[in-house]
Amino acid sequence: MKLTVNGTEHEVTADPDTPLLWVLRDELGLIGTKYGCGIAQCGACTVHLDGAAARACQLPIDSLEGADIVTIEGLAGDGDSLHPVQEAWIETQVAQCGYCQAGQIMQAAALLAEDPAPSDETIDATMSGNLCRCGTNVRIRQAIHLAADNMGT
Amino acid sequence: MARPKTLTRRGFLIGTTVVGGAVVFGSYLVARPQENPLAEDLGAQQATFNPWVRIGPDGITLITPHADLGQGTTHMQAILLAEEMDLELDQFTTAFGEPAAAYYNRGFAAEGAEVIAALTPLPADAVRGPMGAALKVAGLQGTGGSTAAADSFDKLRQAGASARETLKLAASQDTGVPVAQLSTARGAVVLPDGTRRAYTELAGAASALDPVQNVALRPASSWRLVGQPTERLDIRDKSTGRTVYGIDLVAEGMVHATVVTNPRRGPMRGYDAAAARDMPGVQGVVEVTNGLAVLADSTWRAFKAARAIDFDWGPAPYHAEQADHWAEIAASFTDDRLNATWRDDGDAGAADGDDLVEAEYRAPYVAHQPLEPLNALVTVTDERVEIAASHQLPRFVQRIAAGVTGHDPDQVRFDNQYAGGSFGHRLEFENIKLACEIANQRRGTPIKLTYTREEDFAQDFPRHIAMARGRGAVAQGEVRALDLQIAGAPVFASQGGRLGAASGGPDNQLGAGAYSAPYALPDFRVRGYAVPNLAPVSSWRSVGASFGGFFLETFLDELIHAAGADPIEERLRLIDDPVAHAVLSEAAEMAGWGRDPGPNRGLGVALVRSFGVDVAEIAEVEQTDAGLRIRKVWAVADPGPVIDPVNIENHIQGGVIWGMGHAMSCEITYADGMAQQSNYHQHAGMRLRQTPEIAVRVLQNRARIAGIGEPPVPPAPPALANAIFAATGTRLRAMPFDKTVTFA
Repeated sequence: MKLTVNGTEHEVTADPDTPLLWVLRDELGLIGTKYGCGIAQCGACTVHLDGAAARACQLPIDSLEGADIVTIEGLAGDGDSLHPVQEAWIETQVAQCGYCQAGQIMQAAALLAEDPAPSDETIDATMSGNLCRCGTNVRIRQAIHLAADNMGT
Repeated sequence: MARPKTLTRRGFLIGTTVVGGAVVFGSYLVARPQENPLAEDLGAQQATFNPWVRIGPDGITLITPHADLGQGTTHMQAILLAEEMDLELDQFTTAFGEPAAAYYNRGFAAEGAEVIAALTPLPADAVRGPMGAALKVAGLQGTGGSTAAADSFDKLRQAGASARETLKLAASQDTGVPVAQLSTARGAVVLPDGTRRAYTELAGAASALDPVQNVALRPASSWRLVGQPTERLDIRDKSTGRTVYGIDLVAEGMVHATVVTNPRRGPMRGYDAAAARDMPGVQGVVEVTNGLAVLADSTWRAFKAARAIDFDWGPAPYHAEQADHWAEIAASFTDDRLNATWRDDGDAGAADGDDLVEAEYRAPYVAHQPLEPLNALVTVTDERVEIAASHQLPRFVQRIAAGVTGHDPDQVRFDNQYAGGSFGHRLEFENIKLACEIANQRRGTPIKLTYTREEDFAQDFPRHIAMARGRGAVAQGEVRALDLQIAGAPVFASQGGRLGAASGGPDNQLGAGAYSAPYALPDFRVRGYAVPNLAPVSSWRSVGASFGGFFLETFLDELIHAAGADPIEERLRLIDDPVAHAVLSEAAEMAGWGRDPGPNRGLGVALVRSFGVDVAEIAEVEQTDAGLRIRKVWAVADPGPVIDPVNIENHIQGGVIWGMGHAMSCEITYADGMAQQSNYHQHAGMRLRQTPEIAVRVLQNRARIAGIGEPPVPPAPPALANAIFAATGTRLRAMPFDKTVTFA
């Protein structure tokens, strides 16, 4: 079947019930999307599905024909530029081990696309499904505010 | 798009030093410099002056051998080298390097001697000996015990300075300009007329020189990188999905694998894998120790087939039911199970009378579960074993792999990787052993083992469980006596036993974080009791201090309350050390201690010295209609000189979240011999909606540098428990706290 990822159409051969996560990683070599729990409890596999944040470990590919999928590799679009959320993540130096951060960034980017100036309460409610075992939580909140400020100006 | 890393086939290093065994610590062995592993495959026009620096026409590589588990050691090591070498952060690349004796960790000798003595077959006295002689002879390369900064601080600056002066000497010989008239800047030697000679051009000439030694280190006042805010070298890749972890590796022709092993950690008595073998993409089901591995053409197909196998598991070699674990511990406060007396000031045993206070505390098993599941990429051929994974003890990986496959450790190549967290999880070897067992049955085929999260939970060796009994006395508004007994699983015996080290002996992780308290109590005793028949356990971020601090600081809080004293004032009165005194005073000042926090709110404090570092934390909590909320936390630490001020703040914040999050809601319990928690919905820690503001200050009064990875964890649970008491009047004596109170 065909999958559209980061604007490119791919012919994939995985079984129809295969979660998108494993097709991205094993078949398309898009390793920025991570496996953490497999049951939508950690958010490390968060991608954008038609613009909304979604857990790739819960999306069998046979449900994705015609969908527009964006991963961390395609978040900033073409070229060397970064998405404002990524810039804010770098400036705030959020990451420790970094393993959850692609998912955090995808979730935060989807949030800001919907709510350009989210409150702490909105950030907490939206981001609590993304688990950071290193405990970079404080900086995640800080970086989202920074990205919101930078995108607003 | 990130390109998956494909492993190259390079030559093997030949190890020269023995780990463990009957090593004779002669003076020659101690004095002899270890061989520089970089010298083995040096190319034309390339120079190496020591095991951390390689320069050639194509660029500069700094070797950062301490494992990067997320704590930022790569950056820390690199800026120490770059500081003295006058390199900018964009002028070099880093590499983890080969496992080598030259990378032995001298930091273990300072704060971690007990750790090493307990974990290795080395005699304890030798480890504690002068200059860490034993560590050097053994070539013990390792990352743990918050030792990387202590190990690296002088050593890597000296290595950088030596490289710089050797390059200047090469430039001097080439140009005829005396060394004294040369300077260095931005990766080049600068002549008096301003002409720049890049290090990369000088490498060929410099390689012929004996490295200049004993170069004086620059004073802190002249540092450009060390102690300054810098952009972490790995931060861009980690913010763009480009960092390659072990789980991301691919090799040509590799086969995916996953394992299912006995969740009771006993033998596999039987199985039916017929259905799994017939599933699409499955390339085999093979036996491994206590279980099976499924081989397939994708991770998902391996996972799916693994779920289709029926197993007959043997019984657990420990108590099958959680209640029996607790009963065994409760029955262990006996003379014959006394493991060691760690502190015995005055006569704590004499505490008695009407003012006697007694309490009992519990700390459960807790899982490590870093977000990157265990994995390993292994190829076994008749000639060699190639392993790529993340690990904290690289030379033990070689030895253990060799034991599985029948090769010599010299024939095992290990490529360390960035880890998606560890917290002590990557001190264990099960993923390495099992991947080697599989690959040994498929010689010539690269095997990529990936654990499911559920298998990782089931096989996690958790933080050791413990219980404490406190007995204390107060008089005239003061705490006079404190007697703490801690009974629990001896973690070093468990961990060392899996490494083939002799088990038994005093285990200071049944007392750490408590006996080290900087208090001059007139009568103060801490004793540890080793409990048998418990589940196998392993070092978990801050190890014994993760509960030793909780036991001591919550019980001390009870005593202070019984005495009618103020928690900060009384602690300050008891402290006998200026560094700790300043840490606690600073925290009190930050938090505005003494103010009225308002209705349903309370502040709690804890001060713990662990890994030699004093950390004070104050929490403010509020009882809301939805449950308890942590409103704010103030944390003050004093690890001595600070190398990376941005990272240290991030780390202390993370340590608070780690410590409080697990204390709030995490435990591993056993039923029918199996862990009852299988994924993060049952063991989450602190989510963002529960996360308070965390204000951090770092003092630098401590004379010698110490690590910061673990010390922020131990004060977090008692600060939270004491704050909850202040807000609600409820004393929390057992973790996780959510068994007693509700969090919003």
